[in-house]
Amino acid sequence: MSLLPWTIAFSLIGAGLALAGGARSAAAARWIALLTAAGGGVLTLMAAFHFAPGPGLQTLVDWAWIPEFGIRFHLAADGISLTLLVLTGVAATAGVLFSWNITDQAGEYFAFYLVLIAGVYGVFLSADAFVLFVFYELAIVPKYFLIARWGSTNREYAAMKLALYSFAGSALVLAGLLGAHAAGGAGGFGIGELASSSSRLPPGEQIGLFALVFLGFAVLAGLFPFHTWAPTGHVAAPTGASMLLAGVVMKLGAYGCLRVAMPMFPAGLAYWQPAIAWLAVIGILYAGFIALVQDDLKFVVGYSSVSHMGFVLLGLAAANVRAVSGAVLQMFSHGVIAGLLFAVVGRMLYERTHTRRLADLRTMPLHRQLPFAAAVFVLAGLASMGLPGFSGFPAELSILIGAWQSSPIWAAAAAFGVLVAAAFTLRAVQLAFFGFRPESAAAAAAQAHPLPPITAPEKLGALLLLGATVLIGLKPDVLLNWILPSLQSPLFQAVLKGGSR
Amino acid sequence: MTGDYRELLGAFSAETALVAGALAVLGVDLSLGRSRPLESRRALAGAVGGIALLSALGLCLRTGAPGPLWAGAVMLDRLALGTRIGVLTLAVLTLAIATGTSRTRSPAEAVAVLLLATTGFTLMAAAQQLLLGFLAIELASLSLYVLAGGDRHRPESAEAALKYFLFGGMAAAFLLFGFSLLFGLTGAIDLPPVAAGLRLAGPTPLLGVALVMVLVALGFKTAAAPFHFWAPDVYEGAPPAATALIASASKLAGFTFFARLLWTGLGPAAGNGASLRGAATWLPLVAAMSAASLLIGNFGALAQTSLRRLLAYSAIAHSGALLIGLMGMGASGPGPLFYYAATYGLATAGAFGVSAVLERAGIGDRIDDLAGLNRRSPLLAGALLVFVLSLAGIPPLAGFFGKFAVFSSALKANGMASPVGWLTLAAIFLSAVALYYYLLILKCALVTAPAIGQESRIAVPAPAAAALSVAALLLMLLGVFPSLVLRLFE
Repeated sequence: MSLLPWTIAFSLIGAGLALAGGARSAAAARWIALLTAAGGGVLTLMAAFHFAPGPGLQTLVDWAWIPEFGIRFHLAADGISLTLLVLTGVAATAGVLFSWNITDQAGEYFAFYLVLIAGVYGVFLSADAFVLFVFYELAIVPKYFLIARWGSTNREYAAMKLALYSFAGSALVLAGLLGAHAAGGAGGFGIGELASSSSRLPPGEQIGLFALVFLGFAVLAGLFPFHTWAPTGHVAAPTGASMLLAGVVMKLGAYGCLRVAMPMFPAGLAYWQPAIAWLAVIGILYAGFIALVQDDLKFVVGYSSVSHMGFVLLGLAAANVRAVSGAVLQMFSHGVIAGLLFAVVGRMLYERTHTRRLADLRTMPLHRQLPFAAAVFVLAGLASMGLPGFSGFPAELSILIGAWQSSPIWAAAAAFGVLVAAAFTLRAVQLAFFGFRPESAAAAAAQAHPLPPITAPEKLGALLLLGATVLIGLKPDVLLNWILPSLQSPLFQAVLKGGSR
Repeated sequence: MTGDYRELLGAFSAETALVAGALAVLGVDLSLGRSRPLESRRALAGAVGGIALLSALGLCLRTGAPGPLWAGAVMLDRLALGTRIGVLTLAVLTLAIATGTSRTRSPAEAVAVLLLATTGFTLMAAAQQLLLGFLAIELASLSLYVLAGGDRHRPESAEAALKYFLFGGMAAAFLLFGFSLLFGLTGAIDLPPVAAGLRLAGPTPLLGVALVMVLVALGFKTAAAPFHFWAPDVYEGAPPAATALIASASKLAGFTFFARLLWTGLGPAAGNGASLRGAATWLPLVAAMSAASLLIGNFGALAQTSLRRLLAYSAIAHSGALLIGLMGMGASGPGPLFYYAATYGLATAGAFGVSAVLERAGIGDRIDDLAGLNRRSPLLAGALLVFVLSLAGIPPLAGFFGKFAVFSSALKANGMASPVGWLTLAAIFLSAVALYYYLLILKCALVTAPAIGQESRIAVPAPAAAALSVAALLLMLLGVFPSLVLRLFE
């Protein structure tokens, strides 16, 4: 466990080295980034191996930082953070593998990429709200540059929109945290300390402050109607960055909701619970229907992310142990599956066919030309639909059962969303890979020009992510054994209802 | 007034060094520099000026913070010490930038005037008396008018100097009028007796007039709305190195002086920050100025196409935030306000330093002219990234913690559901607006490809490169370890 803080330092040092290495050659930057990301992943896995599940955060580092404001550099982890740290390690490594084709200023690309990862690790490890906020904002600026410089489709607009939404969300969070700190009279910004002082505030104040903090974080988790930055941003981003943004960075928002907003203001949560749940359900259905009619395959994946994050938010809003554990599992699951889908669409297909329009893709015999990509996309699609055997199944099932315990109608509406997800996924798979009719003239022309084969880094990255989703699909206990004890901590018990299984 | 002149000389040894340095610069240039080429005269003047500033910095540190001197006319407390260190550091950076980039044909005079302005700033930091404060402000202001008009190649520079002078002269007249009313009301010019007199006299209409007069001058000195109109034109027209000084050291010294004036001298007339009611109190007026500055600065900046004008509107917006810190100082002490003002000064001086290097290289002032900066000069692009992100308040840079400290103390002092609380929330939300225009600068500098025919490397003069690197490193260091500064006020 004590290895975990090194992931942050490791990523920041790697960012500096990648920048320096990039001045010599793109390959140097690439290898440094891969070693850093994989090294961080190995650190999280080693920590996971030695992890003894238990209630409450296990302190890793606790230094006085800014004594004048009672701020401590306090890093800690529990089963929930560990789940997301492992996800970060896996997604970051896969993301570097799918960024192997970046040649333009690769040093700067990987430097921004690794700073972003350092911010993500930092958020998941923070036990002090100030530290969490610092890492949360540290992750904003690299996102902007990754999209604006190395992106595609309308990239400057998409990057600015994403950065402003993130920053506006974090401004709400800052306002809420400062307000809670001032009103509750806490001596510092430790999450436990803030929670114990602000959960005693009168309900009226809690309702207002909860709205600020939860909404601020939920913007980054893609809460309807504040989700519009996500599809445009993720579509415009370069593949490695989309994998990380959709796969991990959206989880920062959901994690903030769970770790900070919910324990701090139990009365606020109780008041806003129905509103959040309905917005989450609307998000699931609305984004699903939009995905159903997209012509750009990457937008299908982009909207499917919003739909799947709706399940996470629904699980949090249901506020019982079953639903919340499902939500954390869904964060892991979606992180892996979104990475896979973006990898196939953004890199394997687009870099070879130079189109993402379903109308164009269906004229190509892609299942024959790129059988590996087709197989990965079908498997990822099955996982995305929540079929048994993949990680989406236990996650969405727990969320639905938990939501049913809170309100059957939420569960029923969200279950319909699963059908919509199946519809848009099958449509995308069919049109993109199996829509080919041999008699058309365009098809004959396409067959004459074989596409470049899938490279080894791409195969490695895809297998890594596929392995993760299948492993958790077959044995969700690996993660649930970490997550469930964490939810028994006093901080969560105060806000969550219901027994463990 | 009684006092020991030797004691005063000891306390003001830094100022003595600065004035001696100003004379030495002129003397050396007249004697040694006469027959030399302009470049070496410039280097010589810069070196002598640098020695003067650094020795003043050393003397400042040696003097420390002994407390009130000269029967309370001078206050060398920790705020004064911090401000003196701050303005001298900023002056050193400005001098390095100016030495590298200035095009003036009389370098020695420019350096001498810069040293005199710095003397004014350090005196403002320590003045605890109406007269001494006014004289210090005038010494600083008159020197700045000269620096603003220092570029005789461009008519904009003369325009900037004239505008700055006319506005500044008017503000000085208001300030002096306000001071004379305060003297009439209380019969004192030292700030603690002024406060005692006001406590006795209670709120009167005349006090209200005096407060308005003083706040006009505060608004001018700190470029706060509605007295900000000079700022965009002066920031754009004056030589960038002079602007760096106007925007950074002058603002820091101004905030220190007015914070002392308002809290030590006019504290009894502050009023209540939680309700903002009460006749003849200044907190409501400052809150109104802060709100206007935040709105005008942030929304005005959105429309700018010139880098320096954009930075001017950003300066107005930051003044709004600094005024929140000024209001919170009564409860939290000067730490947050000083930290914000000092680190803002570093960031903005650095940004104008980048602008100065670009101007020397013949690159225009439009934001679009920054295109491809990361390929043309990675150093400038990296430094600009740090300065602009610090202005935007992104952690782990110092600008973030400045905002955090000021807003946190304001909310702690007044609560969320109060006028100052609402103002603070507005300032937090407006920082999201601000990020947009700051990212526009960075987009041009780091994302956009250079224009055709504009791909050549930009040469950065060594002193300017050193100054920009030091400023950027300081912003990172102070951002990660804010206690280095805050410790001073514990």
